[in-house]
Amino acid sequence: MKELLILDHVTMRFGGLVAVDDFVNTIYEGELAGLIGPNGAGKTTVFNVITGIYYPTSGRIIFDGIDITPLKPHQITHLGIARTFQNIRLFQDMTVLENVLISQHHVLSNPDADRILKKHGKDPKRDGNFWFWRAVLKLGYVDKEKQMKEEAMELLEKVGLIDVMNEKASALPYGEQRKLEIARALATHPKLLLLDEPAAGMNPKETEDLMEFIKRIRDEFKITVFLIEHDMKVVMGICERIIVMDYGKIIAEGTPEEIQSNPKVIEAYLGREWEYV
Amino acid sequence: MGMKKKLSAKANFFLTVIFVIFVIFLLHLANVYMNAYQLKILNLMAIYGIMAVSLNLINGITGIFSLGHAGFILVGAYTAALLTLTPEQKEISFIIEPIIPFLKNLHTNFFFATLAGGVLAAFAAFLVGWPVLRLAGDYLAIASLGFAEVIRILALNLRSVTNGALGLKGIPEYTNTWWAWGWLFVTVLFIGSLVNSSYGRALKAIREDRIAAEEMGINVFKHQLLSFVIGGFFAGISGSLYAHWLTTIDPRITTLGPMLTFYVLIMIVLGGLGSITGSILGAMIFAILFEWFRRFEEPFTFFGIEVPGIKGMRILIISVIFILVMIFWQRGLMGRTELTWNNLYRWIFARRGGEKS
Repeated sequence: MKELLILDHVTMRFGGLVAVDDFVNTIYEGELAGLIGPNGAGKTTVFNVITGIYYPTSGRIIFDGIDITPLKPHQITHLGIARTFQNIRLFQDMTVLENVLISQHHVLSNPDADRILKKHGKDPKRDGNFWFWRAVLKLGYVDKEKQMKEEAMELLEKVGLIDVMNEKASALPYGEQRKLEIARALATHPKLLLLDEPAAGMNPKETEDLMEFIKRIRDEFKITVFLIEHDMKVVMGICERIIVMDYGKIIAEGTPEEIQSNPKVIEAYLGREWEYV
Repeated sequence: MGMKKKLSAKANFFLTVIFVIFVIFLLHLANVYMNAYQLKILNLMAIYGIMAVSLNLINGITGIFSLGHAGFILVGAYTAALLTLTPEQKEISFIIEPIIPFLKNLHTNFFFATLAGGVLAAFAAFLVGWPVLRLAGDYLAIASLGFAEVIRILALNLRSVTNGALGLKGIPEYTNTWWAWGWLFVTVLFIGSLVNSSYGRALKAIREDRIAAEEMGINVFKHQLLSFVIGGFFAGISGSLYAHWLTTIDPRITTLGPMLTFYVLIMIVLGGLGSITGSILGAMIFAILFEWFRRFEEPFTFFGIEVPGIKGMRILIISVIFILVMIFWQRGLMGRTELTWNNLYRWIFARRGGEKS
């Protein structure tokens, strides 16, 4: 299997708090991996470090052969990592279609990220130059806009949100908002999709649908999925490999069966008996 | 019966062309029938319109709470005025310190002077935006206000360039209806086209959620700077028109200082933050009311009570209106919606029992 994302001794400190402590792991292409751990274990911080919201205090992050440690979020997205958020962060006042269209903007406007791709001998994603002027003066832009819309609608069709494409994002029911967040992330054409608690706040039926949905998009879009989840049914149900974190450290790793019977994991979640005496 | 929800692109285009021709016709009528004072207010409406639309791009659409607009307007005003004043005029009016010879001999027509005002203001916006946009929220507001003050204080003290506190006098009154409304048309066309493109969507996304926008691949700093510079450019254009409307400019707080920023802020909040048509509406209402309220600065009778003329009374009244709008109509006249043909069409037919939404 090809290595897609390598986290090489990544540490993230906030003052005296070590949120992520010497994190070493590799995500392989095409897999569906899960990251679990009790509240405050540092899971979301791992995602924030991968996507460039924080620069790690030490360590390196290699994505698809490129060192992305010093890169900015928009560059990392351009290279092919997309994410969703624990608390939904949609563009609430914009329509469903516009939310998805936003994710295509980087193809017009990120020359800096494109240079990084070129430097490493990869295909640039940007399609032509001077898009700002072309967009304002409408020089060959109308076709581009049409093409972007068609692509976005195709995606909405695939995820089943085409009927609500002109609704405001804030008007969607909770489950659909989660779905839209995933669709918006997919629209950036990622190789790696990071899902931060996709099932949070969902009822059992919605969770069931979501599990199917995640598996389906993984196969259909041929992407790698790395997800954080609290709902054990989801994690055990769809993840092929699970990484368990506690207090910023990896305490266990393995298949769902291995994790379920791992005493360290049980201890992290339930505590040792004598602690309560 | 099913009602079409949208007008075709063609219908939209033709309606717009007809509307523009209609406005040109109205402006022509105004030029023929209005007196000089009324024309002056008509032109001020367009100048305020440009100021409001450009600040709305920064504040309403990109969500950067900038209070530095007057600084860019000032740069545009001084640049253009220095370019349209003749060398002889400049020679005479620079009493405190003679003008730099290079500037003295620079002279060009109104169009290029205005354009130069815009370009220099855009450059000022770039220089201010670079450090200021690293901040957010209240800090950014204070920093931008501070930078605008820096620009004003520079105008006060660079006497060999700006003539200091005396300001520039005898600026030719070039701003007529066609220049003012023509530039407003260009501003709306440019900013409207920008807002209705992928770039405009990106700016709105930054307003909605900065972190999400970043994570969806938008270079937030670059786009904010872009919005700032374009807003600065049109602020500069409005500055030039304003200077050639006032015919005298000076670096006082009330002419090209923070007061002006707050007036423009009132216009865009009144019209609806994030709405271009709302901004124009807000600017027009402000221009008319602010002029009309002058009557309250002269002695008048209010329900039989004699009120003596109080200077600055109109600012008080405008403030009260503004506070009332903020309490009862928080999203302004238009909110974030635009006055478009489609919206008008939908509005009319939804009222007639047609299908809604």
